[in-house]
Amino acid sequence: MSTATEQIEKLANTEYKYGFVTDVEQDIAPQGLNEDIVRLISSKKGEPAWLLEWRLRAFRAWLKMDEPKWQNVQYDPIDYQGTSYYAAPKEKKKLNSLDEVDPEIRATFDKLGIPIEEQKLLSNVAVDAVFDSVSVATTFRSKLAELGIIFCSFSEAVKDHPELVKEYLGSVVPHTDNYFAALNSAVFSDGSFVYIPKGVRCPMELSTYFRINAQNTGQFERTLIIADEGASVSYLEGCTAPKRDEHQLHAAVVELIAHTDATIKYSTVQNWYPGDKHGKGGIFNFVTKRGICKGDRSKITWTQVETGSAVTWKYPSCILQGHDSVGEFYSVAVTNNFQQADTGTKMIHLGRNTRSTIVSKGISAGRGQNTYRGAVKIGKNASNARNYSQCDSLLIGDRCGAHTFPYLEIKNTTAKVEHEASTSKIGEDQIFYCESRGIAKEDAINMIVNGFCKEVFRELPMEFAVEAQKLLGISLEGSVG
Amino acid sequence: MLLEVKNLKVRVEDKEILKGIDLTVKSGQVHAIMGPNGSGKSTFARALSGHPGYEITDGQVLYNGRDLLDMDPDERAREGVFMAFQYPVEIPGVNNAYFLKAALNAKRKHQGLDELDAMDFMKVVKEKLKVLHIDDSMLQRSVNEGFSGGEKKRNEIFHMAVLEPVLALLDETDSGLDIDALRVVSEGVNAMRSPERSFVVVTHYQRLLNYIVPDFVHVLSEGRIVRSGGKELALELEEKGYVGQAVGARK
Repeated sequence: MSTATEQIEKLANTEYKYGFVTDVEQDIAPQGLNEDIVRLISSKKGEPAWLLEWRLRAFRAWLKMDEPKWQNVQYDPIDYQGTSYYAAPKEKKKLNSLDEVDPEIRATFDKLGIPIEEQKLLSNVAVDAVFDSVSVATTFRSKLAELGIIFCSFSEAVKDHPELVKEYLGSVVPHTDNYFAALNSAVFSDGSFVYIPKGVRCPMELSTYFRINAQNTGQFERTLIIADEGASVSYLEGCTAPKRDEHQLHAAVVELIAHTDATIKYSTVQNWYPGDKHGKGGIFNFVTKRGICKGDRSKITWTQVETGSAVTWKYPSCILQGHDSVGEFYSVAVTNNFQQADTGTKMIHLGRNTRSTIVSKGISAGRGQNTYRGAVKIGKNASNARNYSQCDSLLIGDRCGAHTFPYLEIKNTTAKVEHEASTSKIGEDQIFYCESRGIAKEDAINMIVNGFCKEVFRELPMEFAVEAQKLLGISLEGSVG
Repeated sequence: MLLEVKNLKVRVEDKEILKGIDLTVKSGQVHAIMGPNGSGKSTFARALSGHPGYEITDGQVLYNGRDLLDMDPDERAREGVFMAFQYPVEIPGVNNAYFLKAALNAKRKHQGLDELDAMDFMKVVKEKLKVLHIDDSMLQRSVNEGFSGGEKKRNEIFHMAVLEPVLALLDETDSGLDIDALRVVSEGVNAMRSPERSFVVVTHYQRLLNYIVPDFVHVLSEGRIVRSGGKELALELEEKGYVGQAVGARK
């Protein structure tokens, strides 16, 4: 085995540092899934009848669906009846302010570097912290409310803004969309809700931090972001989970709606527990994310850095309905040890002069398997649509794999579609070159990998880009010898 | 004594390339290693720099009295050994200035000096660029990416100028250079000659030695030094060729 490969392996075997468990009294639903559980979740959250009906419709649809098998990943069958679909820290009393958040939970977020006390916030970021099934804190709400911006947990949105939730929920990802979206629609427990009113540019980054803590539970959150005419918002999402030997299911749904001249930038740094170096445990991250550029000149940008999870399966997509609307997808996906990722995007061009850009960077190390799967569809009315796709794969070591599946469906002859793809191996020569300048091997690998991901990282908000670079270093730590 | 090489034997993929090299380099000296293709001259430079593909099977190398072969390649570099590559590799997406700053600061840290911030670093760099007649734009490009052959070699000399090594190994730095580029590169090297700095210059052609005038010339053949002499030896080789320099010399 080459020395570079040995070092990659050594780096890769570094401990997952977010793997601790918080000891907090939990209110957990019994394991298993049936209509009673769906009703239980809905009643726990005090939901209106229409929402319960919607959940039940989704549940009945789910029962008739089969788990998809076409993705290029392998995993043990999921025991849907062995999972609990609701876990919440027991509230001792109603929270009136952030200061009343359970100290254990607050300590958890502190340990994760996510400050939920506003005075501790250094950067201009408002945070919604989701602990297992519920949102435990949302910061800067009053400041945002002055501008008419709604940023709250999904449950609160259902109570306080039912008309918005009713109008938009399921409008981009229908409750029957796919197996995991249907499951989420039936049992989702919380998530974040954002509404930016007409003409308002959100003055700070909005951020949700998801933490799975309880054992044998799944996390099924739902995020709904609406940018009204001329509005703009940048939203960040981060996630971690304790180390557990069992796999845990995370099946989220994210819906974005951009009206005329609106802009939504959605950035994810996904660092769910990836399992140990032998492939034991880790999160199944089966997520449906889709945005619609509903109005003319609207724009949606997805940026994701996927370093965690045992299996990642997601395609943040854009429906470009408005004329001159723009969809972008920038992705870095890292798979190390036994991690698998099948990720990419769908760009569906419906309006005239719509443009989309796809930049995907896949990094495989150890025995990791990385698949890019992307679809570009140009509808018959989408005159002068443009797409540019670039998929690059970087292999570290010789036991990993990279796969690319681009799909094109073009029904308008004026379309221009470009696709570029490359696969390269991190060379011992590159590493040696850095070493010969005095740069230590681990720093060299970090530098080479970060260089490879540059086009994606520069799309991330500043604080996040720094975080993502560090995370990438940690994910590949030990992967080169 | 800066460098003492004793009976160095090196194997590459089961083939013994160097069969016992002895060489002594004092501070401030310039030694040229010449020889035909396949004689092992590049192997010699790469082995000294610690390239993982070159297995040392016997011998000893002392650098400032310390065992050089015991150090990792990055440690050798931080201790002042520099390698100018024959084929510098490209590192896409890594800005040349950023790369060099990381290298310089790794070395400074090793020496117990404060790391330079971006401002101070740029001051150092701009000065070197000026001396070497290199355009500022080279700083913002990715390391060697899309560089012409000549640009790559100039970038190597630029790295050398910034890192200020104690021992510089130049591996066929002249290959692929036209006469103008050769002059620029050589001037860069000559500007750096000092009593505290030594050079081991590996080259196939005498041409380079018209510009970088060596103190000693060694002829390598079949993995051994078969002749050593002053700078006039290079001229003799130019005239007569490598044939007949040693028993068993190729061709």
